[in-house]
Amino acid sequence: MASRHKILLLDDDEQILELYQELLQNLPSQPEVTVSSSGARAIALLETEPFTLLITDLRMPKMDGLQVLAIVRRKYPELRLIVLTGVLDEEYRSRAYALGVDLFWQKPSSSEEFQFFKDCIESFLGRETAEEGGFRGMQSKSLVDLIQLECLSQSSTVLRITQGGMEGKIWLQDGQITDAVAGDLNGEAAFKEILSWKSGSFELLPADPTHARMIAVSSQGLLLDSAQALDEGRGPYADTPGAAGTTPAPSALAPLVRFEGVDFLLTVPPSGDGERESWGLENTKEVSAWVWDTQKRLRELGDKLGVGGLAQVSGFGLNRHWAFANSDQKGLLCAGFRRAVPKDKVDQTMKLMFGKWIS
Amino acid sequence: MDLVRTDRTVKPEVKRLPTGSFTVDARGEVISSTVSQVFPEALVRDIGQRIVHVFDGARRAQLPFSELVVQYASYKIVAREMRGGAIIFLSPKPVRMVSSS
Repeated sequence: MASRHKILLLDDDEQILELYQELLQNLPSQPEVTVSSSGARAIALLETEPFTLLITDLRMPKMDGLQVLAIVRRKYPELRLIVLTGVLDEEYRSRAYALGVDLFWQKPSSSEEFQFFKDCIESFLGRETAEEGGFRGMQSKSLVDLIQLECLSQSSTVLRITQGGMEGKIWLQDGQITDAVAGDLNGEAAFKEILSWKSGSFELLPADPTHARMIAVSSQGLLLDSAQALDEGRGPYADTPGAAGTTPAPSALAPLVRFEGVDFLLTVPPSGDGERESWGLENTKEVSAWVWDTQKRLRELGDKLGVGGLAQVSGFGLNRHWAFANSDQKGLLCAGFRRAVPKDKVDQTMKLMFGKWIS
Repeated sequence: MDLVRTDRTVKPEVKRLPTGSFTVDARGEVISSTVSQVFPEALVRDIGQRIVHVFDGARRAQLPFSELVVQYASYKIVAREMRGGAIIFLSPKPVRMVSSS
């Protein structure tokens, strides 16, 4: 990354500012975090230096968050906006989205929620170089981006999207895309049709947990498929711009992305050097070097103990899980899994993926 | 004539695999262990150091984790990172018997 992203954090609570400043500064992309305890000062800071992202509370004395948002959205259309509030109020949420915020986030109250929040911010910063989009009147945002963020924050909502006379709906439940309708289409076909719309407006409706699930594939797989279709300019997406922020998987990895819960993929050739393929991984070089070194050391240990070949290695962490397996002929496959995936499922999925990969 | 038949041929020793658990510090040095003393201390220390190295490397690669499961064809190592070290469990994997009926 050529330069560090700059985040402006606005909250009237000094303790919150300290906490989140530290939290955000420790993100992998190590952004610069400036804090402000008042809306007026935040606006003054925005006038003096460029920021990538503004994270603001809503309830503040003198100038509340919505007032700040109204000003900065107009003056700084490129600035990304996140509301971080302790108040869960649908009206505030709707108003904030209407003002063009990228995300409305309830202040995390558990370590898991903190992690989701950090993932989300990192994701935002990672996409800063994304192509200009234009959906929902927000520059640099595509519908794919929006849905990804809703999935990432494990939202339950119904997205109503309109474009001209067309209307579509996408159902999300706990971050999973469960159904879509667009005209006569429904399910995956409707979802892909909606993603092909270049521009439009959207509305977030209350979640509908009783709505039947018609889309069985993972949200990530579905988004990737759609993004690939957009990039490759095939099918109904031929005239749409590429999916900003979504990296399509290399062809050899594409079938593996569809496995539920997969977060990243990496392959290393049998020799350990040469061309690596990866998907969803930011630091491919470091991870591939570590994975290769680890399998080498563990294989040596296996030889020393006389316990047969190294079948599989798995790691389980707070942020994500991973597993790798090695084939002398094909090399090494490493996969990351979302932390919500149970351990036995990681084991089982990795076996299936590895079998598919080497075949 | 010997009353008891003795077999004087030397049979090859069947290698046993270390089983049990042990804890190591951040450098992989063994702190406590339930692994039988039959197994060379150096071997147990080697396992510990390799495991600690895996945890360290993962952190540097920004892929931190707290539990490691290493599965060999006939052996399993499970390691959990602890403050300032790790606890490591060693166990042979049960052989799956396939019966025909």
